Amino acid sequence: MRVASIEFKARAGEKLADATLQRNLVRVKGKFAAKRAAAMAGFHDFEGLREAGREIRQRTLDDLDVWLGIFERSATAGGATVLWARTPDDINRLVLEIAFRHGVRKIVKSKSMVSEESSLDRAIEAAGLEVIETDLGEYILQINGYEPPSHLVGPALHKSKEEVADLFHRRHKTARKEGIEDLCLEARAVLREHYLTADMGISGGNFFVAETGSVVLVTNEGNATLATGLPRVHVAISGIEKIVPTLEDAATLLRLLPRSATGQPISNYVDVLTGVRGEGEGGVEHMYYILVDAGRTDVLASEVREALRCIRCGACMNHCPVYQSIGGHPYGWVYPGPIGSILTPMYAGLENAHPLPAASTLCNQCGVVCPVKIPLPDLQRKLRERTFERRLAPWSERAALRLWSWVAARPALYGASMRVVARLLRIWGGRERRIRRLPPGGGWTAGRDLPAPDGRTFREQYAARRRAGGKPR
Amino acid sequence: MSGGPGAIESNAAVRAAVMARVRSALGVSDDRAAAQSAAASRLAARPFGPRPLPAGDPIERFAARALELSSTVERLARVEQVPSAVARYLESLDLAPALAAQRTRRGVCWPELGTLDWTGAGLEIEPRPARGDDRLGVTGAFCAIAETGTLVLVTGAATPSSTMILPDTHIAVLRADRIVEGMEEAYALLRDERATMPRGIHFVSGPSRTGDIEQTIVLGAHGPFRVHVVVVD
Ligand code: SF4
Repeated sequence: MRVASIEFKARAGEKLADATLQRNLVRVKGKFAAKRAAAMAGFHDFEGLREAGREIRQRTLDDLDVWLGIFERSATAGGATVLWARTPDDINRLVLEIAFRHGVRKIVKSKSMVSEESSLDRAIEAAGLEVIETDLGEYILQINGYEPPSHLVGPALHKSKEEVADLFHRRHKTARKEGIEDLCLEARAVLREHYLTADMGISGGNFFVAETGSVVLVTNEGNATLATGLPRVHVAISGIEKIVPTLEDAATLLRLLPRSATGQPISNYVDVLTGVRGEGEGGVEHMYYILVDAGRTDVLASEVREALRCIRCGACMNHCPVYQSIGGHPYGWVYPGPIGSILTPMYAGLENAHPLPAASTLCNQCGVVCPVKIPLPDLQRKLRERTFERRLAPWSERAALRLWSWVAARPALYGASMRVVARLLRIWGGRERRIRRLPPGGGWTAGRDLPAPDGRTFREQYAARRRAGGKPR
Repeated sequence: MSGGPGAIESNAAVRAAVMARVRSALGVSDDRAAAQSAAASRLAARPFGPRPLPAGDPIERFAARALELSSTVERLARVEQVPSAVARYLESLDLAPALAAQRTRRGVCWPELGTLDWTGAGLEIEPRPARGDDRLGVTGAFCAIAETGTLVLVTGAATPSSTMILPDTHIAVLRADRIVEGMEEAYALLRDERATMPRGIHFVSGPSRTGDIEQTIVLGAHGPFRVHVVVVD
């Protein structure tokens, strides 16, 4: 997928001014968060569960080569073929070759974010084959000319039912439906036909289980069950970081994932798939895994390694004040929100995406809810440092930061200049003690006033309190 | 993008490159004996993570959880009573006008249930895997999970997954003594009773649903609109 993250600021501005999108965002806002909170309260030791999740994911990452080797052996013994992709292009080449090898004409696909990194669907179509996304949200985006997803769990949540109704009417050439149920029924009928006639199913992989060589797929719609159960060929594509040691470890993570994503104690369908069909059984004759690097090893080698623990629950964006105001599209690539602000610069290049780690208030709402305890604000800060070191930000911003750090490293000078600034702001604030326009932060004060300081700095007040014999509070 | 031949045949080189990158990222050499043995002990120990604290009868908990997930549950004393219970259930369905065509007396079942007296209950049930237009599928279950009200189905020649996922209505016949606490116990049963992993282990928790349009939950997204569990003592 094209990386448009560099245009973050301009696109965020457009989205803030887009009345339809803002209405859709308000409608969705908070629903996920409230459901997650209820699910968390219903589990006696959610913190213990998060710690266990963190431990499982980190353990596998820290010995990833060993776990990959074990997975490969088990999967091969189970009758699957394990293939590797170094780059996004490798994924597309392998999928097409598998398709040609087995005489595949039509492919049904359940959700795979990794395949969006390589724009797999368009590569398949360019090769003259048919591909149909079956997750309802992904299907909506596909028939709208491959509109980019805006959320990890609900990729089309930025759309209203009216927009979907218009789209179906236009693309299916059917009478325009009004209700959400009727829209779902129409999609069901269209997709049903495709499941039954497809030669190959492509899935992602929520987890790859090293012990058994299995892929674990999690859906509410059951589309992965159909897409991987009916066609002759199954290809499961996911990042090399998705390995977990045992089925029991997967069970632990499955207590975290749906609770964090939608507040469900379990997703409706969890499929644990291993190898090919047995004697006398219908369904899959050939199974392939594609284990994808495409930037993962760079993350593994970097100071943001912990980001690879991500289990793609979407909680970080559901709780992010920035994401909540602008939706997923301004992030400009496959993964939006806080986790996207780490993965996009790492996978698609910091030079193409450095506005993302900067687009955060570092409020740590995301870090607090992340089921595998990824310290997202810390990682954003590390990428900000890289942005600065690599001189990617505009010169004015870098100069301001350099001046700030020069002053801040000299406590006496810092104290003196803060005293001056505090008094100046106080005078500027006038009787109302509000600053209506601050030239360097014109955008900030366009929507609100800056309360003026009362004239004395924190350090002055602290010292005064100490002198008066009061305890510093 | 060229679909040039040989990407699969030459994949060993890609594998070697990725593995080398992983090792260099981790700062480790090719000798991984210590990590190998740590991994082996993890696989042998298979530790559990934190789990909910079970309270009360597992069958009742299973039923309560299943109801929360929009399944329905009934209990029968004997498996011979299943056909008439299924007939009653189908009769009782209150279908919206758009779904009226789903009322049926015909369907398919797993072979293990094929010997039941379906005709006696006024039903026409064929013991074969479901096709795209079958409206009713009756399956057994490998076991079920009290923690989440989940059915566990394991695929095989006599237990096709199509029967639970394609029809509009899925009815599962579950033996009460096969209700276990959690996923961990389901895996333990599987390890005890099967020599190899089946192609599919399906954990089914209620009907197929979607919330992809405006986060409004709609049942029957691709698979069953309803799941009815018959627990037999
Ligand atoms: S970073 Fe954490 S909260 Fe965000 S999607 Fe990944 S696992 Fe979920």
